[in-house]
Amino acid sequence: MATVELKSVKKRYGQVEVIHGVSTAIEDGEFIVIVGPSGCGKSTLLRMVAGLESISEGEISIGGKRVNELEPMDRDIAMVFQNYALYPHMSVRKNMGYGLEIAEMPKAEIDTKVQAAAKLLQLEPYLDRRPRDLSGGQRQRVAMGRAIVREPSVFLFDEPLSNLDAKLRVQMRLEIRDLQSRLGITSLYVTHDQVEAMTMADRMVVMNAGRAEQIGTPLEVYEKPQTLFSAQFIGSPSMNILNGFLENGLVKIGHAALPIETATTGAASVGIRPEHIIVDSNGPLTMIVRMGEPLGANTLLHGKLAGTDGVFTVSVPGVHYATVGEEIRFGVDPKNLHFFDVNSGKRL
Amino acid sequence: MEKRVTFRGWLLPLLLIGPQIIISGVFFFYPAGQAIWQSLFIPDPFGLSMQYVGLGNFEYLLSDPYYRRSFLTTGIFSTLVTLVSMLPALFLAVVADRLIKGAGVYRTLLIWPYAVAPAIAGVLWLFMFNSRVGVVSWYLGNLGYDWNHVLNGGEAMGLVVVASAWGRISYNFLFFLAALQAVPKSIIEAAAIDGARFWRRFWTIVVPLLSPTTFFLLVVNIVYAFFETFGVIHTITAGGPQQTTTILVYKVFSDGFVGQDLGSSAAQSVVLLVVVGALTVFQFKFVERRVHY
Amino acid sequence: MKPMKEPPPGMVEKRGAGLWLTHMIMIIGVVIVFFPIWLAFVASTVTQPEIVSPPMPLWPGDQFFNNYKEALFSGVNVPVATMLLNSLIMAIGIAVGKIIISLLSAFAIVYFRFPGKSIFFWLIFITLMLPVEVRIVPTYEIIAGFGMLNSYGGLIFPLIASATATFLFRQFFMTIPDELAEAARVDGAKPMRFFWDILIPMSRTNIAALFVILFIYGWNQYLWPLLITTDPEMNTIVMGIKQMFPSGDDVADWPVIMAASILAMIPPVIVVISMQKLFIRGLVDSEK
Repeated sequence: MATVELKSVKKRYGQVEVIHGVSTAIEDGEFIVIVGPSGCGKSTLLRMVAGLESISEGEISIGGKRVNELEPMDRDIAMVFQNYALYPHMSVRKNMGYGLEIAEMPKAEIDTKVQAAAKLLQLEPYLDRRPRDLSGGQRQRVAMGRAIVREPSVFLFDEPLSNLDAKLRVQMRLEIRDLQSRLGITSLYVTHDQVEAMTMADRMVVMNAGRAEQIGTPLEVYEKPQTLFSAQFIGSPSMNILNGFLENGLVKIGHAALPIETATTGAASVGIRPEHIIVDSNGPLTMIVRMGEPLGANTLLHGKLAGTDGVFTVSVPGVHYATVGEEIRFGVDPKNLHFFDVNSGKRL
Repeated sequence: MEKRVTFRGWLLPLLLIGPQIIISGVFFFYPAGQAIWQSLFIPDPFGLSMQYVGLGNFEYLLSDPYYRRSFLTTGIFSTLVTLVSMLPALFLAVVADRLIKGAGVYRTLLIWPYAVAPAIAGVLWLFMFNSRVGVVSWYLGNLGYDWNHVLNGGEAMGLVVVASAWGRISYNFLFFLAALQAVPKSIIEAAAIDGARFWRRFWTIVVPLLSPTTFFLLVVNIVYAFFETFGVIHTITAGGPQQTTTILVYKVFSDGFVGQDLGSSAAQSVVLLVVVGALTVFQFKFVERRVHY
Repeated sequence: MKPMKEPPPGMVEKRGAGLWLTHMIMIIGVVIVFFPIWLAFVASTVTQPEIVSPPMPLWPGDQFFNNYKEALFSGVNVPVATMLLNSLIMAIGIAVGKIIISLLSAFAIVYFRFPGKSIFFWLIFITLMLPVEVRIVPTYEIIAGFGMLNSYGGLIFPLIASATATFLFRQFFMTIPDELAEAARVDGAKPMRFFWDILIPMSRTNIAALFVILFIYGWNQYLWPLLITTDPEMNTIVMGIKQMFPSGDDVADWPVIMAASILAMIPPVIVVISMQKLFIRGLVDSEK
């Protein structure tokens, strides 16, 4: 168990810089999720913490100790890979015990630890099987078991659930989170799935193109996204972004004007989450429906907001039979309006 | 083409490649270099020292009628060996491919010749065609044809071609069969639905799909015929009669070891080096591109 | 072997007469191809006079034990048993030697960065291009210079000098997922540990296939052993058979020679047939 600290960590391949100075301090026992789209550098960042990629600039410390020059095995970390990386010719038992074997732990002790981890992960019946005889979910658990027996200071997860089907993913999410809180080991978890991030993280690092756009608790990121990117990346369905003009306590969007709470003026990108609309037959905003997606618990309606281009999405509770061309009028609580600088995307 | 993960350190890998470097260096690069170097000299009449002649050996080779003959002989020889070994193999593979059961048994039996060394194949075929005790030559004699490959150059060539091609039929058969079995059934079915009957399907679909394999086997068989058939020639004809079966690689041997003309032999080695180098490059560029790293 | 395709009904005319015809063709093909071997076997079981006055019988005789005993223990100039042993040592030496040094080299090339790596890789590539037949004279001089004529070392070393196996293993190692090596690194495995515990076990099939190919390559060597062995005791079986033929006009001892030929082909055949599946997969995959 330990803290992890990143100080202005940068990564360059030749002349190309791919990670532009990420800094954060992770508390002991925290579950940190690094989330972002493909290619944003999240895996690279994780691998730098692991020691599988070199650090071009900046410093990474684990437990207060600088680890830049240390090999993975000396950093007291354990990693769960996206493709599990189980040794195909070894049994589950041997897979899990391999790291301890290398550390020359006495056999009896290895057995006890492997047995305990297997029990925790419900892998006991499979201890003598080969990876190829196991299902995806079971292999995933073996990969975790391998990490657990090492009793490291930090767990690193590299998109471990990407290869599982949706239902299994939901189940495994809970299991991983539960396991981690029981063991209390600091964890860094990389994923591109923002739902995973929202449900699992103590704090999130939202990454885009090598930059950490926002670091905060899921709720913080949801309620106060610091950049346009965070705003649209977190929350499903995504936040609607419109062009607006702020003036005199109102924001003009298309033909409509809504009251606002902030004193800022000028052009801005306005963000409204689909779930924050309040249906109101006298509301300032009008939308013509083009298509509806009934999801059961709520219904998504896609259409065009009067006076704007592009698709606008609203979420209404319950079942709503939409007809094409139907008109919906609604308003939005000023607290739920987000404004971003038109050029930089930063929150105003 | 680099793997993403590498281990740190440079001392260990150097140690690991050490044995390879030493052995390849001593037993490959040094002799190859020597061959190139020696090709620039000729031994003096007493064999005591060497005299530098630059490209003299090569010029001599190019104008030497025996050498040019050998080139021609090698060309004819390898073409024949390739044809004689590939066509029956293709035929048998096509027939075997149509069997549901039993193809494995035939394959097991047909593999045998592959395991037989070319030199032994030479002995076996020599035995059959020997003018005194050979069964086949005896039957031919009864039919009125006097077989004697010791005197007749054409017969000698025929015999070494068959002896050389015999073992390769197995090898080609294996590849052709594997390639045929790899043709997706759905393609054949689609063609059948489109109205194509067997031969049409064969020529317009199967053969084109086989072309990478065919091409590959062509190159490999030619290389075989050039270099690995020494045993056959040496066993059956020793290059004769009157050098009608002296292929290039045999000539390197007979000039160098029997004739003791080291310079010429070295020059011939260099020529062969260029030939096989070209063939290998050709093979890699055009045939191996389907291999992705 | 992959299961044979089911011929869709009516499409491939394979029933009844068609099936018999197919089998007939295959059988005839096998008979023709097998004939030389059969004949040699027959010749090894009959007496010399029967062969020398053609036509020789086409069915095995009763001299099997006599002929083979004579071949094995006295041969013509050296007992066949000795030659078989020499061949065995040479073939296994070549196969094992080449496999070991190429596994090490391929490992170094794929998993490390070191100065001179590209040069080394291209050098290996070049060695694919020169069979021993092309460098015989200077190689002979080197072996003679080391005093390794008529020795096992002389037989083996020049034949493991080309790096074909290194190349093949390199191709194979490139297909192994990176994550396996990373997981091992995280687990604390040093490179050689990874090599021994993980890479080698995963390469079992390739190693086996390569062993078969190299064994046969080594066993069937003709030119090189011919050149460097002057002492008949060091003859290998494949090159030694030719030397069992008399010079001049004497009649060859055919039954013994044929028995030796049959013995010479048995080990490679056994190796090939018993590892057929493995070997074919390796051959077809690796030579492509």
